[in-house]
Order: sequence, then C-alpha cells, then structure tokens
Amino acid sequence: MSFSIIGTGSKSPSQIKTNDDLAQVMDTSDEWIQSKTGIRERRILGEETITDLVVESSLLALEDAGVQAKELDLIICATVTSDYITPSMACIVQRRIGANCPAFDISAACAGFLYAWDIADGYFIRKPDSKILVVGAEAVSKLVDWNDRSTAVIFGDGAGAVVLGRGEGLKAVKLNTRGDETALYAKYKKGNCPFRDNGVDETGQPGGHATFLHMEGQRVFQFAVSSMCRDLKNIVKQAGLELDNVDYVLPHQANQRIIDYAISRLPLAPEKYLGNIAYRGNTSAAAIPILLDEFAKQGQFKKGDILAFSSFGAGLTSAAAILEWDK
Amino acid sequence: MSIFERVVKVLVDAKDCDEAAVKMESTWAELELDSLDTVELVMNLEDEFGVQLEMNESLKTVGDVVAAIEALL
Repeated sequence: MSFSIIGTGSKSPSQIKTNDDLAQVMDTSDEWIQSKTGIRERRILGEETITDLVVESSLLALEDAGVQAKELDLIICATVTSDYITPSMACIVQRRIGANCPAFDISAACAGFLYAWDIADGYFIRKPDSKILVVGAEAVSKLVDWNDRSTAVIFGDGAGAVVLGRGEGLKAVKLNTRGDETALYAKYKKGNCPFRDNGVDETGQPGGHATFLHMEGQRVFQFAVSSMCRDLKNIVKQAGLELDNVDYVLPHQANQRIIDYAISRLPLAPEKYLGNIAYRGNTSAAAIPILLDEFAKQGQFKKGDILAFSSFGAGLTSAAAILEWDK
Repeated sequence: MSIFERVVKVLVDAKDCDEAAVKMESTWAELELDSLDTVELVMNLEDEFGVQLEMNESLKTVGDVVAAIEALL
C-alpha cells in the first residue's frame, strides 16, 4: 500500500528581491551570489504571513484534487519557521481551510516535506482510503541574520502543498538522520525562569534570545552532496528500478553547486534535473513541493513518469523518494 | 604516477585547474578554488586514493594535501 498525489498547490510571497536589491543592504554582488549559488532572485514575505501562504497553497491543492477540506483525514505541515511556537501551523491551517481532521507539524528542516511523506505512508497502511494534506512551508527570511551575507543571500520564503489519496504512486521513501547540532542550527530563547542563569541578550534584556540561523558552509555542503548521491542511488534500488528508469529528479533547491556536483557524479542526463533555485532561492522544506507544483502545472509530467526526490538539511537530515506520476 | 601527479589530475579533471599552474606550493586561492570547491576536491581525493581526509586549516596548499595523503597510505 502507498499513496498517489491527487493535487498540488503553491503560493509565492509578495516581494521579489534580486541580487542587486540585496547588494543595496549588504556587502555582496550579483556576480558573487550567482557564481556561488546559482541564485538570481528570491521571494520574501511582505506584510502577509507564512500561514497565509500555506492556507492559499492548501486551498489550491484541494481544488486541484477535487477534494473538500472536510474530507481530509490528516494535515501535516513540515516547517521550522511557523508563525507560532504553539499551536502548530497545521492546527491553524485546519481551522482556516475548514477541515476537522487531526493536524500537526514536523520539524525536519529542508528534508521535512519528504519526512512527512514517510509519515503519511504509514497512515495509508492503516486506512488506504485516506485523504492527507502535506505541506512544506518556510519563512527563512525570519530566521537568517540579514547582517550575515553568507546565509542571507541563499534563502527565500514560500509554501507548497500536496493532497495525497489512495493509489500506488509512491514506490519508495527512505529517511536518514545524522544528529549534529553544530553544522546548521538556530536555537530557541532560554526564557526568564528565575531559578537559573538565562543570560542576557545584546539589548540587556534577560532571558537571552533565539539565535539566527547558523551554518557551517563546508560541512553542510559535504553532507548535502554525499547524501544526495548516496540517497538517489539507494532509493532507486529500493524501488526495484535502475537510475535509467528515472524520468526526472526533483532535488532540494539548496544551492546550484550541490546539484551540479550530483550531476557530475551520477549517470543521469543533466536535463533530467528540474530546478527553480535561480528565481526562488532555497526555501527549505517548501522547495520540493513548490518545484513539484510548478512543473506539474506546466504539464511537464505524463502518466507513468518516474520522479526521484532528494532532500537534505539541518538535523542533519536527508531523505529520498521515488514516485510514479499517475495524476 | 606520483601522489602529486595524481592530485594534479584530480584538480584538472574535477575543478578545471590549469595543469601547468598547479605547484606543490599553490594555495587554493591561487588556483581559484573557494571553500566549497575545496570540499569537492577532498571528496574527489578520497575516491581517488581510498582514504578519509578532512579539509581543515592545516591544509593550505597542494603540498599539504600531498603530505596528508602520503601519511595515510
């Protein structure tokens, strides 16, 4: 038993910021950002919230699937940048789209959307007629330090959603975790409990503050490229296929150089790799659902196409999946 | 082929370095490799030599890498 994708949706933030726009507020340049990352522009939230984007993405995916919100059996949001620490993003979305099913978030950073697929797969084993909404959404612009040009230029905001229904589309999914809280992290604030020393933040306020996103670029890059090459080879095998059978690869849009490295190492034609990082930046957990929705809506996929997914990020987490497009 | 020659070949094949420009004393900056390029280089060298290398501050030049590989073989 597995599931099939029966609807997709995504929603862009209102602001488009080019590399030249970033060069106005920090010491960087279009040439530097493009050569280091392959990114030309990214979408950033304006006055709207990430929850707003998730609600719109979800409604688009439901409409595409021909499913009413009330028919949903479960909502899973993969995010680390929700508007609330609690309640979960999924709970707020449940209310706003008019669903009445259980809803929760998962925290697996960039790989979160594929982690959510693995969870959903388990639900379909118990109840094959389920309808499950899976969302990947991030507002990384809230988490990066806009004084740190090495991270701020990479990320963007966005949301994408899929509705999963009964079917045999998913052929394999595999999660990996290599716990490491120093390579890529952001910490919660310590609070103001009077029974311990919580430190002070730079304004002298007690309780410390949540840290911005911190990234050890070299270590993350090494994890990313080795995970992507290994995971893609393994997931194809797990699905009982050969790399030759893959029609399209939908990799996490982290940095074009990670994808280029995988292209140089794997015997797959470069044109099989789908991408949108040039105008989206790295949208963490939202990257794969946005990429999937964009190419699905352009009519890129035909029935029977084999799609390979690979993602990796803070955790360190990585995940891969093989899905036959049968929508 | 010496270890140095094999390292040069990896640099030329994987990172498009100019073969004539690669010397023992060449730094990564001189070869126009940035920090992510050096990570790729290490991974390619690990495959070529079947050793585990870690790119760190002590590996500043081609010669440093050659010495590190020699110590591991």
